[in-house]
Formats: sequence, structure tokens, C-alpha cells
Amino acid sequence: MTTTLPERDAAHDDARAAAFDAAVAAEERIEPRDWMPDAYRATLVRQIAQHAHSEIIGMQPEANWISRAPSLRRKAILLAKVQDEAGHGLYLYSAAETLGASRDELLDKLHTGRQKYSSIFNYPTLTWADVGAIGWLVDGAAITNQVPLCRCSYGPYARAMVRVCKEESFHQRQGYELLLALTRGTPAQRAMAQDAVDRWWWPSLMMFGPPDDESAHSAQSMAWKIKRHSNDELRQRFVDICVPQAESLGLTLPDPELRWNAERGHYDHGPIDWAEFKQVLQGNGPCNEQRIGQRRRAHEEGAWVRAAASAYADKHTAHQGAERNGAAA
Amino acid sequence: MSESRTDWPLWEVFVRGRRGLSHTHAGSLHAPDATMALRNARDLYTRRGEGVSLWVVPSTQITASSPDEKDPFFEPAADKPYRHPTFYEVPEGVQNL
Repeated sequence: MTTTLPERDAAHDDARAAAFDAAVAAEERIEPRDWMPDAYRATLVRQIAQHAHSEIIGMQPEANWISRAPSLRRKAILLAKVQDEAGHGLYLYSAAETLGASRDELLDKLHTGRQKYSSIFNYPTLTWADVGAIGWLVDGAAITNQVPLCRCSYGPYARAMVRVCKEESFHQRQGYELLLALTRGTPAQRAMAQDAVDRWWWPSLMMFGPPDDESAHSAQSMAWKIKRHSNDELRQRFVDICVPQAESLGLTLPDPELRWNAERGHYDHGPIDWAEFKQVLQGNGPCNEQRIGQRRRAHEEGAWVRAAASAYADKHTAHQGAERNGAAA
Repeated sequence: MSESRTDWPLWEVFVRGRRGLSHTHAGSLHAPDATMALRNARDLYTRRGEGVSLWVVPSTQITASSPDEKDPFFEPAADKPYRHPTFYEVPEGVQNL
């Protein structure tokens, strides 16, 4: 949406900037037609687009298992979950569009690698237990990140997150239940559950982003109340939540340094392999090419559906117009 | 390739949660026509039985008050406290008023 700006003068700009700052400070929400600093808009577009792309690419690792789900119950659940991820992507694209981004431009940037998605989706889903580990750990980490975003200063993003968080909790619980079923099964099923958790634990911790002192956008985003907690704070919250949940499952987390620190009142964890994180982010993860290739292919192969829907709409509109004219005559 | 998509207008979606409630804004989506907009809105905004009725409205058909005018536009309502029942003094103990 473009608005014609009144003639620029410094006093007017200052007044609008002051009004924006005051609204953010007062915990009011910024809405699409409000004046906002260009950098605030650009930061939001970047973050919301990346978030939307993650939801869309995130459909792939799990969709891999829809046709091989072990029961109709599990298949129906997985279908519903993957459909939710598509929905989440669409809520978020809509939120980005309220800032002036166009849907096509966003998709194009995803397809050409100019905008990123969460590096977690560049790992493969090797066994059925991975579906459980993704639900429990990956969706669990996503929820930890997303709950504070429900209070984000930008109204449309915050509203999209409220909806997403409501739906996301089923995702996490179905994953936990799936793993529980495996841990109560045969020794082979148990081993499969443990193997999946071993592979997904560290990438899940990386989902919170680089440590606070290396996070490029954090300070400004916190000042604008887009972000409410630092990466390390959220990561710690997630670790503290997961340790007892893993115990309940009877599974271990693959970190020999993981232990309760009574002094801090938190679990300490071992060092994260940030070199791996950077490699995956730069496109050298196990599945980067496959994910983007599949997304492009889906878009290209869906072109005829979009063309047919447009053609039908045009024909229908023309027909209705003719009927109306006929009636008037 | 993607031009078919660019043409699709944006629709605002309003959902009636249940009978007795008014429709409220749920979000927006792209669709080539009203029929598809309704179907997409059903799939996108009522996957868990959140609605019993849907409206879709082309976004371009909505006329909005401008935020830049908001103070003068809504100002007339701000200085009329006598429109609220709490403005009036009523003696202690008077019932049903």
C-alpha cells in the first residue's frame, strides 16, 4: 500500500518520529497506515518474510513422511499439521504485505535465495521418529520464539503470531506423543526415537540464532519491541523446558555437559557448533539445494493451476457482466 | 510464469464465530475471484471450526479514515463526557437508574 507523503519538512518528520517512539514506548501497536521509520519497516519485512518462508519450506521435511505414516491416525495428524504450516506461511505473507511488500516479490526472493528461511529445515528426515522429534523439539523451539512475538509492536505480525501459537501447540504435543509411542515400543523403535532426538537436539538449539554478543539485529529489534527477549534467554528457556520432558520420555539429550546449575537456577549446556550453523546458513547444509529445488518446482508446476483459476475468474466475471447488462436492457 | 498470480486481488476476510456474534476481521488472502476467495478463506481461517459464516471483501473496496487525520477526525467525541452515564451525579441510594 503506498501513501502519498505530505511535503517533507524536518519539523513534521520529527513530530511523526516522536509519535512513533511514544506509541512503541506506551506498548501501543503500530498499524499498517501509521508512519514508521524506514528501517523499522525494512527490519519487519525481512523478519516476517524469513518467518513465512520457514513455514512454507518447513512443510517439506514432514511431507516426506505423509505417504509412509504407520497408521491412518498418524497420517491424518501429519496432513493436518503440514496444512497448518501452509496456513502459517500465508498469515505471515499477508502481514508482510501490509508493509508494502508484494507476494510475488517475496516468493521470488525465496526462490532466488535472496531471502532466507530457518536453517533447521535443511536437515533431512531420515526415519519416522524424526517426525516426532521435529514436533517436540523444532516446533517446541518455534513456540518458545513465537510466544513473545504475540506482543510484538507491529499489530499485523502480533495478530498473525497469536493465531500461529494457538495452532502450534497441537504440533508439539503430537510430536511428543509420537515419540512416547516409540519409547514404549520395541527396542528398535526406542533406538529410533533416541537417534532422532540425538540428531535434532543441537540444530534445534541453533534455531534461536547466534549468541547475544554476535547477533546483528538484536539490540535495535529489542528497542523497537519487535523482539522481547534475547536469543540466549530464549534458548535457555527452551533447554530448561526440554530436560524434564526428555526424562519423562526416558530419552537422553546428546550433551554430556548438560546439568542443573543450582546457583543460576537453570540448566547449563555444552558449546554449540556455530561453524555448522554458519555452513548450513550459507547453503552447505545437507538439504539446502533439495529444499529450494522442490519449492521452485512446486511453484512452476502449479503455474497452470494459477493460470486456469485466473482464466475461469475472467470468464466468469465477463459472463456476469453480460447478464447484468442483459437484465438492465 | 508468475504473472497469473500478480493479477489476483487481495481480499479481506471476516468470520462470524458463532450465531449471535457479528463478523470480525480475521485476515486477508489473494484469490482470482470471490468464489475462490471464500473457499480459500474457509481453508485458511476456519480449519478448526472457528466460523459459521464468512465474508470476503476486495481490499480495494474498503475506505479507511487516514491515521494522519486521526486526531481531528475523532476529536469531536473526546470532549463530550456527558454522552456517558458516569457523567451524571445521582444521590446515594437511588435504585434502578
